[in-house]
Amino acid sequence: MATETEGGFDTTAYIQHHLQNLTFGKLPAGYERTGEDGHHEVLEHDTWTMAHGSEEAAAMGFTAIHVDSLAWSFGLGIVFCLLFGGVARKASSGIPAGLQNFVEIIVGFVDNNVRDMFHGRNPLVAPLALTIFVWVFLMNLMDLVPVDLVPEIMLLFGVEYQKIVPSTDPNVTLGMALGVFILMIFYSIKVKGVVAFAKELSCQPFAPPTKGPAILLAPVLIAVNLFMEIVGLLAKPFSLGLRLFGNMYAGEMIFILISVMYMAGWVFGLFGGFLQIGWAIFHILVITLQAFIFMVLTVVYLSMAHEDH
Amino acid sequence: MELVIIAAAIMLGLGALGAAIGMGLLGGRLLEGTARQPELAPMLQGKMFLLAGLIDAVPIIGVGIAMYLIFVVAPGVGA
Repeated sequence: MATETEGGFDTTAYIQHHLQNLTFGKLPAGYERTGEDGHHEVLEHDTWTMAHGSEEAAAMGFTAIHVDSLAWSFGLGIVFCLLFGGVARKASSGIPAGLQNFVEIIVGFVDNNVRDMFHGRNPLVAPLALTIFVWVFLMNLMDLVPVDLVPEIMLLFGVEYQKIVPSTDPNVTLGMALGVFILMIFYSIKVKGVVAFAKELSCQPFAPPTKGPAILLAPVLIAVNLFMEIVGLLAKPFSLGLRLFGNMYAGEMIFILISVMYMAGWVFGLFGGFLQIGWAIFHILVITLQAFIFMVLTVVYLSMAHEDH
Repeated sequence: MELVIIAAAIMLGLGALGAAIGMGLLGGRLLEGTARQPELAPMLQGKMFLLAGLIDAVPIIGVGIAMYLIFVVAPGVGA
C-alpha cells in the first residue's frame, strides 16, 4: 500500500505514531531490540524501560503502564481539586463573581441532576457525580489542543510518544467504569443485603416455582436468570467505559487524519485548517455530552443499587 | 488486507444504519412531544441529547474499532 506522498511523508507511520502511548514496562530477557540505526541488541535480563515502538509495547504484557495517560489524568484531577477547592475555601455568600459564579453554576447543575435521578440516601453520590463530570470533561477537553503541539514539545525533551487525551486510552475509561462497578456492587450488598442481592440476580425475570411438582424446574430457571442478569450487570461498566473511549478515540482519529492533510501542499493545508476548526467546534458538543452521559449513567446505576423495595 | 477493510466497512455501515434509525425515531418523538406541550420543550430537548448519546454508544464503539482496523491493523496485515 502506497504510504508515501510527495516529499516522502509516511502517513501511516505518522498516524500510528500519534496513536501510541508512552509505555513503561518490562521487556523479557532474550527480547531483541532494534534501535533506529538498525542496531540489534538482545537483552540479557528483564529490563524496565520505555517502549520504543508498538511491538515493544505489546511485548511488555499486562504490567506495562501508560505513563502519559496516568500523568495527564492525575494532573487534570489535581487541577480540578485545586480550582474547585480553592473557590470553595474562599467562597463568599454575596453575589458571586467570575470564577466562583462559574463553579457555582456547575455545582448547581450537578446537584439538580443528582436530585432528579438519585432516590437513595448517600452523601457520596453528589460529590462523585461532580468529580466524574468535571474530570471527564477536562480529560476530553485535551482533545481540542492541536494534535502535534504537545508531542513535538515533548520530543524536544526526548520523550518519544505522547498522547495527551487520557480518555482515548481504554485503560483510563474502563478503569473509571470499573470503579463505578465496584461502588455499584458494594452499595447493592450494603443496602439490600447479600441474600436480597443474590435473589435479585437469580429470581428475575423468570420467577422460579417454589411449590408443587414444578419445583424441579427451579434450578433451570435460576441458571437462565443468573446468566441474563449477570450479562446485564457486566454490560453496564463495559458500555460505560467503552462509550467514552469510542467517542474520544474516533474524534481524535479524525483530528489526526485532518492534520495529515497539512503535508499535502498549501491548498490542502488551508482546507485542512478549516476542517479542523469545524470538527473542533462539533467536538465541543461531543466532549460535554460524553462527560454528562458518564455522570448521569453513574448516578442512575448507583440509584438502582440503592433501590430498597 | 482487503478483508480487514471490508470488515471495518461492515462495522461502520451497520452501526450507522442502527444509529440513524434510532435517532430518527427519537427526534420524531421529540417533535411530537414538543408540538403537544411546548412548555416542556427545554426539558425534552435535554433528555433527547442524553438518549442520543446512549443510542450512539455502540455504533461509536464500532467506529473506534473500525478506525483502529483501517489505520493500524490493515497496514500491518499483508499488503
